[in-house]
Amino acid sequence: MFISLKRIIRSGWINFKRQGGLTVATIFIMVITISLVTSLFLFHKINQFLLSSLEEKVDISVYFKKEIGEEEILKIKDEIAQIPEVKGVEYVSNEEAIKKLLERHPELIESIKETEGVLKIASLNIRAGQASQYLAIANFLENASFKDLIAKVDYYQRKPVIEKIFSITKTVSQVGISLSIILALVAILISFNQVRMAIYNSREEISIQRLVGASNWFIRGPFLIQGIISGFFALILTLLIFTLTLYFLSPKIEFLFPDFKIFDYFTGNFFIILLIQIITGVVLIGISEIVAIRKYLKI
Amino acid sequence: MIRFQNVTKTYSPSTEALKNVSFEVKKNEFVSIVGKSGAGKTTLLKLLLVEEKPTQGRIFFDSQELSKIKKSKLPNFRRRIGAVFQDYKLLPLKTAYENIAYALEVIGATDFQISRDVPEVLGIVGLADKACNFPVELSGGERQRLAIARALVHRPEVILADEPTGNLDPYHTSDIIQLLLRINELGTTIILATHNKEIINKLGKRVISLENGEVIRDEERGRFIL
Repeated sequence: MFISLKRIIRSGWINFKRQGGLTVATIFIMVITISLVTSLFLFHKINQFLLSSLEEKVDISVYFKKEIGEEEILKIKDEIAQIPEVKGVEYVSNEEAIKKLLERHPELIESIKETEGVLKIASLNIRAGQASQYLAIANFLENASFKDLIAKVDYYQRKPVIEKIFSITKTVSQVGISLSIILALVAILISFNQVRMAIYNSREEISIQRLVGASNWFIRGPFLIQGIISGFFALILTLLIFTLTLYFLSPKIEFLFPDFKIFDYFTGNFFIILLIQIITGVVLIGISEIVAIRKYLKI
Repeated sequence: MIRFQNVTKTYSPSTEALKNVSFEVKKNEFVSIVGKSGAGKTTLLKLLLVEEKPTQGRIFFDSQELSKIKKSKLPNFRRRIGAVFQDYKLLPLKTAYENIAYALEVIGATDFQISRDVPEVLGIVGLADKACNFPVELSGGERQRLAIARALVHRPEVILADEPTGNLDPYHTSDIIQLLLRINELGTTIILATHNKEIINKLGKRVISLENGEVIRDEERGRFIL
């Protein structure tokens, strides 16, 4: 048993070394496949980051009547925060609101000075998890015990924009998932075909081994070992490519999205990514070898 | 040792490779199967190696009926036979040494046995200095001698040789036949399929003649008559 295993491993290693062209082609295809799966993982994370930062920007504001003081608004804030659909409530005081308004429209400075003390635009900014939940929140506010204190809820003004943003994020997510599935399938098919071709090319050799009296595993084993060795080298190569690419690309991505440090994300999740790559390689090699061997090595 | 009992092999209704063939081969015999191309020689050897199964009839190796051997037991059965082919059927990615060692590895021989027997067999077939060469680096005669070395290294009970001299010049042909005779003298049964008239007439051994899939002659010290 041990001696057979030793010979199978040695034979797989010798075939790996002597089939130079085929080995390089197999490793190349596997690098592409593993890179694709790793990219999909990273793309998914980038996508999540972008969507959540987009969603962070969506909210509805509740404005109160002039006579309502800060204390009362903060009480209402606590009440609103308890609604399950609400992800977060932020109190924007009158001073902050005026400051923000002036930042956006500096030309209004004179008009605001004229109305000093009269302008009351303190508000509560409410964020929900999903677009559909804003309607429920708006309905709650319309029927709440404090509804008479509210001057305006800007939900209906913002509704088209909110729905548009959430429909875009939903579409991007769906397209991303579909694209990932398609690309993963393509990658698996390409790798499978590569292994299939390698075994098909060796069919003459396999028939000789059969005639010499080699057992099934003595014939199949070296193919599996050869695949595993190719997978190992492909894995090392892919990791090297990703580490270097992300190291040099990270500052450029950070320039576009300051909060997104892709290289830190890569190193922070190194073992998860490694696991995904190993699983991809093992699953790919395993399934391809088993199917191709069953098909072409009828022993 | 080997018994063909009314064996018929049909590939399609219009292609009958063997028709009702019956004969017996005794232990240590040297039997030549002769016939023109398409007479059924190769089919007969394929049936013995269980590469094909008979359409009708039965084939026995000792008391074992070949068509009843389970798939999982086939490798074990094939290890009792050494096969030599016209196209050598050597493993191209293995050196001469490794090709011979492979036949020993599959039967589970120890590393010691391999390192003892392979150089010895390489010496017998005159390839001691070509141990590290790949098949592509050898001449036709050398390749055939290597194929014979692989066929005999695990001391099989029978060697089947299908047109082993078909690709060789007269000098190498005689070389290979002498080698097969020596192996036979050492106690291995040889079944040689050929259409080389000169070889058969020189051998003076048993000859089974096939024509259109039928045995037309079976003579103890036969000659090539077709």
